[in-house]
Amino acid sequence: MIRVVLPAHLRTLARVAGEVKVDVDGPATLRSVLDALEADYPMLRGTIRDHVTQQRRAFVRFFACEQDLSHEPVDTPLPDAVVAGAEPFMVVGAMAGG
Amino acid sequence: MSQVRVLVGTRKGAFVLTSDGRRERWDVSGPHFGGWEIYHLKGSPADPNRLYASQSSSWFGQVIQRSSDGGQTWETMGNKFVYDGVPGTHLWYDGTPHPWEFARVWHLEPAPTDPDTVYAGVEDAALFRSTDGGQTWQELPGMRGHESGRFWQPGAGGMCLHTIVLDPSHPGRIFVAISAAGVFRSDDAGTTWRPMNRGLKSDGIPDPSAEVGHCVHRIALHRARPDVLFMQKHWDVMRSDDAGASWREVSGNLPTDFGFPIDVHAHEPDTIYVVPITSDSEHYPPDGKLRVYRSRTGGQEWEALTRGLPQRDCYVNVLRDAMAVDALDPCGVYFGTTGGQVYRSADAGDSWAPIVQHLPAVVSVEVQTLP
Repeated sequence: MIRVVLPAHLRTLARVAGEVKVDVDGPATLRSVLDALEADYPMLRGTIRDHVTQQRRAFVRFFACEQDLSHEPVDTPLPDAVVAGAEPFMVVGAMAGG
Repeated sequence: MSQVRVLVGTRKGAFVLTSDGRRERWDVSGPHFGGWEIYHLKGSPADPNRLYASQSSSWFGQVIQRSSDGGQTWETMGNKFVYDGVPGTHLWYDGTPHPWEFARVWHLEPAPTDPDTVYAGVEDAALFRSTDGGQTWQELPGMRGHESGRFWQPGAGGMCLHTIVLDPSHPGRIFVAISAAGVFRSDDAGTTWRPMNRGLKSDGIPDPSAEVGHCVHRIALHRARPDVLFMQKHWDVMRSDDAGASWREVSGNLPTDFGFPIDVHAHEPDTIYVVPITSDSEHYPPDGKLRVYRSRTGGQEWEALTRGLPQRDCYVNVLRDAMAVDALDPCGVYFGTTGGQVYRSADAGDSWAPIVQHLPAVVSVEVQTLP
């Protein structure tokens, strides 16, 4: 069970409050967590990563355990603390503006 | 008594304004989708409680919302807008080839008889259609695939297909307008397209009379006389009497012929409305006076409508999709500003009053007249 923190606008879109929890088949990676998240909440498809290329949207970041995982290969295993449920995987709307 | 429902898209959410046929007291609902840009929302002529909304964000991209109860509740629909085939390139601002990239939906046009069919005009300019109520979207590739497509260039606001007009009396006839390519018409339900820009003259392009490349801001027609089209171009107000085959200028005595919206009175096909804006680099009304101009002669002769509108220190803009008319008698006219006001006239423009004054910048205004 992976804990996922979504930014406020995506929580509203997914109609959830607080963290969500997703089950991942096999190793927990960026790709498998996002696959599970989109399977549970189809309205999030296309809002975090592109439908076709699966590229992360430019103003979205992935944080966990005080690390920026945004530029890691998508099949990189997530930190043990995230896999163990001790820490959440965070989808973050990047700060932008003045 | 009839009701009026005004659908307002803003930079930070959607608002639904409702009133009875007197159009004096208004209920305001919203923000719906607070914090998101709502480029457009529009109701189905076949089922007025079926609404579609384009919700977008620089962070999270495009979302399509649908309501089946007139905007009280909403359901998230499909947002997979994928260009048909290998998209290829168009021209970028600097004249170099640039890949087609989907950015957002500018305009949603529900079909007249089927609530599940809706067209979407998108940036980078293309036309999509859904026939399952917005769950899935298919490009009509003949539009973007027109032989001129690889030479289209964006206007300052992006290369957007912003206007879709479904001709009510010629099934299969569709007009679209693209900034900055111009008007195109299909007579076969969107399969093939022809540019319809003869008579336009744009000084900002290498060949001012080119077949394609004009920055058309908006076109409108009256359903009782669909071969007559009116256009607000970047500069110039234009008219066509032959379904777009040729255009002539009808700017006449307007104080400036730059502007964005244009619309037609619900019952008088020769009565049209524009909001003159100072210039292409000064997007506010001349002299700080917000004036709607009305022609009762199909153009050329214009009168300023000022009663109830600010006549000093007003420097807002009215965007291309932010004007609409109701179907009551007298005809109601509505427009929204980048300053967050939505004005209404219940007497065809003779007098105006704000419905709301402090919304986020208004991007679009649509009106539904309900039984």
